[in-house]
Amino acid sequence: MQGLADRQQDFAMALLDAARATPPGLVGPDGLPSPRRFAVYRNNVVAGLIETLKENYPAIHRIVGDELFRAMAGLFVTAHPPRSPIMLGYGAGFPDFIAGFEPVATLPYLADVARIERAWIEAYHAADAGPLSAADLLAIDQDRLAQVRLALHPSLRVTQSRFPALTIWRMNIADGEPASVDIGADCEDALIIRPSAEVRVHQIPMGAAALVRSLGAGRPVVAAAIAALEVTVHFDLSTMLAGLIEAGAFIGWSLAPEARNEPS
Amino acid sequence: MNIPPRAGVGLKPQHYREILETAPDIGFFEVHAENYMGAGGPPHRYLAAIRELYPLSLHGVGLSIGAAGPLDQDHLRRLKDLIARYQPGLFSEHLAWSSHGEAFLNDLLPVPYTKETLQRIASHIDHVQETLGRQMLLENPSTYVAFAESTYAEPEFIAEVQRRTGCGLLLDVSNVHVASTNQQWDPFAYIDAYPLGAVQEIHLAGFTPETDEKQRPLLIDTHNRTVDPLVWQLYAYVIGKLGPTSTLIEWDADLPSWGELHAEAMRAEAHMKSHATPQEVRLARTG
Repeated sequence: MQGLADRQQDFAMALLDAARATPPGLVGPDGLPSPRRFAVYRNNVVAGLIETLKENYPAIHRIVGDELFRAMAGLFVTAHPPRSPIMLGYGAGFPDFIAGFEPVATLPYLADVARIERAWIEAYHAADAGPLSAADLLAIDQDRLAQVRLALHPSLRVTQSRFPALTIWRMNIADGEPASVDIGADCEDALIIRPSAEVRVHQIPMGAAALVRSLGAGRPVVAAAIAALEVTVHFDLSTMLAGLIEAGAFIGWSLAPEARNEPS
Repeated sequence: MNIPPRAGVGLKPQHYREILETAPDIGFFEVHAENYMGAGGPPHRYLAAIRELYPLSLHGVGLSIGAAGPLDQDHLRRLKDLIARYQPGLFSEHLAWSSHGEAFLNDLLPVPYTKETLQRIASHIDHVQETLGRQMLLENPSTYVAFAESTYAEPEFIAEVQRRTGCGLLLDVSNVHVASTNQQWDPFAYIDAYPLGAVQEIHLAGFTPETDEKQRPLLIDTHNRTVDPLVWQLYAYVIGKLGPTSTLIEWDADLPSWGELHAEAMRAEAHMKSHATPQEVRLARTG
C-alpha cells in the first residue's frame, strides 16, 4: 500500500496534467475506479485558478473574450500553479506569459494592459500609508532639496508601454466604452497608486517613470532628475514633482549624511 | 467576542457597504483568513469596521492540515497575526490538503482514512493549537472519491482526531449530505456516529447535482445557491440533538443580493427556534 506522501504526490501530478491517468485506488461507492469523480478535483483546481485570473485581469478577459481567455489562462495555471496559499497575489507572471503567447501576438499591447491590471491589484492590497502633503515638503531646506531622498508610497507602481495601453485599459474596465484606437499612437506610461481608500491611475509624461524608479532606488532628487533627462530633454522637474506630490507618491524624506558634504 | 448560537453568513466584498450602511441584525460574520493576508487596503478597512459591530469567525482554507509534509510555518505565523488583529471568536480549518511541495493547489483535497493519516493530522493539529495558543475547529470534507486503502469510516476518523487533539469541530451539514450522497452512506447514521459533543459551529451551503460515469448521483460542493431541502432536514435533525448552534451560510459563487443571503440565514434561525426533536425529524423524513 502507498504511503500518504506518495499518494499525494501522484494525486497532485495527475491534477495538473490531464494527460495522466487517474491514480489507482480512487474509487466510487462500488469500490471500482471512477475517473469521472477524480475529474471533479481536476476541474475544481484548474477552473478555480482560471477564475482567480479572470477576477484579477478583467480587461484582458474583456479584450480577448471568454473562450480565448480560458484557453490562455488554462495553460498558464497548469504551468505556473500558485506557490502560496494567499491567492490575492496569484498571477504575477501572467503579463509575461501573455507577451510570449503566440495566439495573441496580433495584440502587441495586451501584455502592457495586463501589467496595468497587475499593478492595480498590487496597489489595492499594498500596505497603507499616509502621503506627505506639499506643506510637509516645504519644510525641507530649499538649498538641500536636490540632495533629498524621497520615500515612495508602498502602493506606488509604474508601468510603461510603447502602445496606448492605458487608453485601451480604460476602455475595457467596468464603465469603459470600447472605441477604435490607433495602436501606433503615443506610448503611454502610467502611475498606479492607492494613497487612501481608492486605487488611482494617472497617465505620466515621458521621463517620469525613470524619475520615479530612480527615487524608488533611493537616489537623491538631482540624480533622479538626471535619469529623467536622459529619457527626454523636455522633462520639467518641478511640474513632475508637484504632480507626484498631488498623487500622494511620497511618504517620507531624508537627507543622507554623505549628501550634506557633496558640493552643490 | 464569542460567536452566539445564531445564524451568520460568509462576508463578501460585494456586501461590505450595505452591511455598514444598514447594520443588519445577524449573529456573526465569517471570513476566509487568506483573503485578509494582504498588507493593507480596502479589505482590511472594511473588515475592521464590520468587526467593530459584529462577532467574527475566521475560516482558513490554505493551511493544508491533511498534507503528508510539514505545515507552512510562514502561513501559521500569518494566521497568528490575523487572529491577534481581529480577535475572532472561532478559528476553523479543513480535514483536507491543498499544498504539495512548492505548489498550492487551491482546492480542499481528500485524504485516505488510515492510521498514518490519523497520526499525521493529529500531530499537525497539535502543532497548530500550540502555535496559535488556542483551540481550532476541524471541518468535515465534501468528497467525490473514496480511497481503497481507508480503514476508518469518516465520522470515526474525525472522532479519533478530536479525541487525540482536543480540537473542536465544525460540522458542515451540507458536506455530510454531499459526501453521503456521493459515497452512498446514510447521512443520519453519519450524524449518529459523529462526536456531536465537540461541535461549536455548523456550515450550510448549496451544491450542484451531477452524475458520474455510471449515472450515480455526484453532488459538487459549489456554494453557489440556496441550501437544499434535504440539507435543511438533516440540519433540523442535528439541531434537534444539539440545540441552537452557531450556523454559517456559505455562499461563495454566483453571489445573491445581501437581502437574499440574509433571508437564508434567517431560515437557519427559524430552524433553531422550532425545537423539533430528532425523532420528529426522522418521522417527517420517512412520512
